[in-house]
Amino acid sequence: MAVTGVVLFGFVLGHMAGNLQVFLGPEAINHYGKFLHESLHGTGIWIFRAVLSVSAVLHIWSAWSLTATSLRARPVGYKIVTHRESTYASRTMRWGGPLILLFAVYHLLDLTIGRVNPGFVPGDVYRNVVAGFQRPVVTAFYVVTMLALGLHLQHGFWSMLQTLGASHPRYDPWRKAASTAFAVVVCGGFIVVPLAILAGFVR
Amino acid sequence: MELNANTPGGPLDTKWERFRSEMKLVNPANKRKYTILMVGSGLAGAAGAASLAELGYEVECFCYQDSPRRAHSISAQGGINAAKNYQNDGDSVFRLFYDTVKGGDFRAREANVHRLAELSLAIIDQCVAQGVPFAREYGGVLANRSFGGAQVSRTFYARGQTGQQLLLGAYQALERQIGLGKVRMFARHEMLDLIVVDGRARGIVVRDMVTGLIESRLGDAVALATGGYGNVFYLSTNAKGCNATAIWRAYKRGAAFANPCYTQIHPTCIPVSGEHQSKLTLMSESLRNDGRVWVPKKQGDTRPPGQILEGERDYYLERKYPSFGNLSPRDISSRAAKEACDQGRGVGPGGRGVYLDFADAIKRLGEDAIRERYGNLFEMYERITDENPYKVPMRIYPAAHYTMGGLWVDYNLMSTLPGLHVLGEANFSDHGANRLGASALMQGLADGYFVIPYTIGHYLASNKLDKVGADHPEAKRTRDEVDARIASLLAIKGKRTTTAFHRELGKIMWDDCGMARNEAGLTRALGQIPALREEFWKNVNVMGAGNELNQSLEHAGRVADFLELGELICLDALERRESCGGHFREEYQTEDGEAKRDDADFCHVAAWEYKGPGAKPVRHVEPLVFESVHLATRSYK
Amino acid sequence: MKVTLHVWRQKNTASPGGFVTYPTDGISPEMSFLEMLDVVNERLIAKGEDPIAFDHDCREGICGACGMVINGSPHGPRKQTTACQLHMRSFSDGDEITLEPWRAAAFPVLRDLIVDRTAFDRIIAAGGFVSVPTGSAPDGNAILVPKDDAERSMDAAACIGCGACVAACPNASAMLFVSAKVSHLGLLPQGQAERHGRVLGMVAQMDAEAFGSCTNHGECEAACPKGIKLETIARLNRDYLVAAVGKRPRAAGAGSGSG
Ligand SMILES: Cc1cc2nc3c(=O)[nH]c(=O)nc-3n(C[C@H](O)[C@H](O)[C@H](O)COP(=O)(O)OP(=O)(O)OC[C@H]3O[C@@H](n4cnc5c(N)ncnc54)[C@H](O)[C@@H]3O)c2cc1C
Ligand code: HEM
Ligand code: HEM
Ligand code: SF4
Ligand code: F3S
Ligand code: FES
Repeated sequence: MAVTGVVLFGFVLGHMAGNLQVFLGPEAINHYGKFLHESLHGTGIWIFRAVLSVSAVLHIWSAWSLTATSLRARPVGYKIVTHRESTYASRTMRWGGPLILLFAVYHLLDLTIGRVNPGFVPGDVYRNVVAGFQRPVVTAFYVVTMLALGLHLQHGFWSMLQTLGASHPRYDPWRKAASTAFAVVVCGGFIVVPLAILAGFVR
Repeated sequence: MELNANTPGGPLDTKWERFRSEMKLVNPANKRKYTILMVGSGLAGAAGAASLAELGYEVECFCYQDSPRRAHSISAQGGINAAKNYQNDGDSVFRLFYDTVKGGDFRAREANVHRLAELSLAIIDQCVAQGVPFAREYGGVLANRSFGGAQVSRTFYARGQTGQQLLLGAYQALERQIGLGKVRMFARHEMLDLIVVDGRARGIVVRDMVTGLIESRLGDAVALATGGYGNVFYLSTNAKGCNATAIWRAYKRGAAFANPCYTQIHPTCIPVSGEHQSKLTLMSESLRNDGRVWVPKKQGDTRPPGQILEGERDYYLERKYPSFGNLSPRDISSRAAKEACDQGRGVGPGGRGVYLDFADAIKRLGEDAIRERYGNLFEMYERITDENPYKVPMRIYPAAHYTMGGLWVDYNLMSTLPGLHVLGEANFSDHGANRLGASALMQGLADGYFVIPYTIGHYLASNKLDKVGADHPEAKRTRDEVDARIASLLAIKGKRTTTAFHRELGKIMWDDCGMARNEAGLTRALGQIPALREEFWKNVNVMGAGNELNQSLEHAGRVADFLELGELICLDALERRESCGGHFREEYQTEDGEAKRDDADFCHVAAWEYKGPGAKPVRHVEPLVFESVHLATRSYK
Repeated sequence: MKVTLHVWRQKNTASPGGFVTYPTDGISPEMSFLEMLDVVNERLIAKGEDPIAFDHDCREGICGACGMVINGSPHGPRKQTTACQLHMRSFSDGDEITLEPWRAAAFPVLRDLIVDRTAFDRIIAAGGFVSVPTGSAPDGNAILVPKDDAERSMDAAACIGCGACVAACPNASAMLFVSAKVSHLGLLPQGQAERHGRVLGMVAQMDAEAFGSCTNHGECEAACPKGIKLETIARLNRDYLVAAVGKRPRAAGAGSGSG
């Protein structure tokens, strides 16, 4: 779980950074997209996609099995439950995840394959993105998912550190703060793009 | 019945060595053919069961809690003694031996106590190797504190949880053997009777406390490590489940009961807060290292402690016992507290309490140093009383704590009933008439790790034992008697609860057989207890059925036994016409109110033999001979 | 004071259970929580009803026998306090108090508020020890232990095996209990020889006992009456990763024993 978490986490970070190039204008981002697709004569992207989908599948699988054992571990629940330490984020991992999955599917159809993208032009990432986010509904859907992702990462990152045994009395107090910071950066970084486009800053 | 201590000959310090070199050994290949029944999983029981299993014996271990780790040893706080002399302050095996004999007011068997002092060294090594996180100095060496009136620092400790850590060490060793299949653990099983075949202890009858199933377990030797009977006082520092049932049943099957009247009242416990009180909480004796005990000089002085000026306070321990002061032994400190309260100078609700004041220590060492030493104890106190001991002095009062008496055992820890061995607090032990602090853990572990593994082997090797099965008529008969007893308890369906009877018995014991005893009171108690017992069997109300988890039935059985034991305690206290250690007879005291021993007539162990229902038990004596120490009057002035 | 109890009553593991309400008055704030239950039970017996069964022994917060979920919190509302050390002054007049047993597949209910925690013993039997047969120990001071390590080891060793961590965990995971033992022994030089076998053996047994897995909710730490830290779980995970990669042999005696 944690290991796949790392990969996925790395991906979203990179991906977010990539997306921000939208603000540098068409050339930058299209060049970036081009680079992605043509690195190592085109094989790069496939290696990358392989790694990504494998971790995504593993991640989902372990999430599934974890959830299953937990449900088996407490067949009879409590009448009253008081939360002292667990967070909304930690308790919604199992909802945030699937939502992200759902999003990913739509997202691929939208910006990679282009099935649901108005007048999709392969390679012209800039245009596709701008076109896509002209529609408030789509933007709203993206924003909501990004928030879910943020929540997911807010617990996910700290959880990952804990699971990997990355703990030391000296920096333990900072682990939760760092986790939140990362989550905010990623979430924010993603969100600005659709919003900027919808608001018309990028056209 | 003759009481042969079977003490090896030769000089005191060579006896144990000699026993080990002369004892009979069981052929290693044959060890697994022997089954040993170990009742109890406390320090003594767990250590014994694990060590015996390591040697290759088949062991069955029993405890009434849901896990062996919860045995009452877990609640020991202060520490464990050992004559390591790591502090280079002049400690030695002989000094520890002498302190223990003297502390016990010269009413213990020399040879046993010396063996205990010798073994204390190996105990610490064993526990450290098991991973017991004893307190350490910055250099990484083991730390010590002085404890319970000792003038050398020989007490090893793990914060205020020494018993817990020592027990976890023994428990983990036990679990290891359970995992290896050498020990079969019976948790939530209560021993209700002893099976005696041809004059030898061959098995026990146990009740599965979950299903109520009554079962007899048979073996080649039985060992009882079932702890003390302090709960005969109802209110005590013992755990709620602590009981005398195992040793009492054994007594009624022929094992002599020694010195039942030797009970220890601990000076530093949290006072009773009301009728609802269900148990009393000990505040570790180590607190007396830095706390000063006092009461107002004036009678009925109800001002808050802060307003009572230095000059108006009576630091009575420092006044009466200048050389030991606040560290005076338990029996002495307890009595002094009672005296102060009897004079109407007690503090707190009901006037049954004295102050234990840390103000000076905090001034001297700072609050942090005190927190470092006693933090968890202070928290415990505040949790219970809602008072902050860093600001206001603690209120403490004596409470029943430990029982020096128990089943009589010889040097090999075997009772008068062949095959029945008794370990730890359950035997009449090495503490004479008064136990020094931090020496019960030492005794429990010495018995379990280092004595019983040898002596049981010696017994098995010296006797030809033929197999006995659960179908043996004796086993059947005993089992039926247990069934019948349970049935009759359930059939009474009277008006009063088991707790009501236990409370009433406790009050009788505390008032007439507590810190100070006299002929009139004891005779009164000897009249009241049988009457109460009679009412119990007519009027107790035990709910539920026998074939289910039934806590009120469990309690009923224990109270029924306490109601019989209480009488024997008073009888023994009456017959011992002297004052010694925890046994203080008001008739026998010096003009300044100190205990007056009578070595001419009472320098002996009194062991009681059961003579059947209704019949008066017979008092046998084992004379105590002191070759290495001369009987001094115990003075801490 | 006056309180209303809603208590889970269940005759035995097989039979179904349910909540029963007991209005209770004449309670003093000085009473401990268990003493309040004693009073309730005395009254039940007087009325010829079965008393409420609950585990308890030392009543000093050290044996780990007691434990029930009080208004959704294992051991009740007070931080680092066992049920037996909780006092009625922590409640106010007229409170509604709901009592439930630990809820976990690995802790079947035996009666009312009493559960079977022998799974914990089997986990210890699977490696929670140092294999040092009686008599084979070197002198106590032969191996120096830095004060700091001894202190941190003691912090973890303070676990009383009560099971509140499992009861509190949304996944009914025993991770805090197991990691406390792994840390206690892992922080001491005496525990190094079997360090890897221990963690593998104990974790394998924990999984075999049908506990849930830890997803780092942190509820266990909040419920633990002895303040065992989440840091111990991180340490277990670290040791486990190292051991799993290193493929060290299981500890002697690993495998389930009869609790
Ligand atoms: C609060 C407190 C603090 C103490 N502090 C110290 C200290 O600082 N230093 C010190 O040296 N001593 C101390 N003592 C004394 C010491 O803890 C005990 O004397 C010692 O632990 C007794 O150990 P044990 O193995 O003999 O019995 P226990 O630890 O009491 O074990 C008894 C065992 O027998 C089992 N058992 C009992 N009856 C039955 C039955 N009928 N059927 C089946 N099983 C049964 C129980 O389940 C348990 O496993 C303290 C005692 C108390 C109460
Ligand atoms: C608002 C935020 C986002 C924007 C603007 C965005 C934009 C894009 C664009 C333009 C592409 C096409 C790149 C190319 O084909 O060259 C893409 C691909 C992709 N995005 Fe996003 N994305 C966003 C959020 C996310 C999130 C949160 C995830 C993960 C959960 C994600 C997962 C992917 C994946 C898996 C691909 C396909 C990469 C490939 O294999 O080609 N995206 N995204
Ligand atoms: C870009 C996408 C994702 C990222 C970056 C991500 C990251 C993480 C991380 C770092 C963790 C913590 C792992 C640990 O506890 O050690 C985690 C946990 C989890 N993830 Fe994801 N995840 C993503 C997508 C998903 C998806 C698609 C699902 C489900 C369909 C999902 C479900 C879960 C669940 C249920 C957990 C909880 C596991 C646990 O209990 O700790 N995640 N995720
Ligand atoms: S870790 Fe805490 S909660 Fe869990 S068993 Fe130990 S003491 Fe109880
Ligand atoms: S609450 Fe449960 S999820 Fe892990 S951190 Fe504690 S065990
Ligand atoms: S009864 Fe022992 S911890 Fe509560």
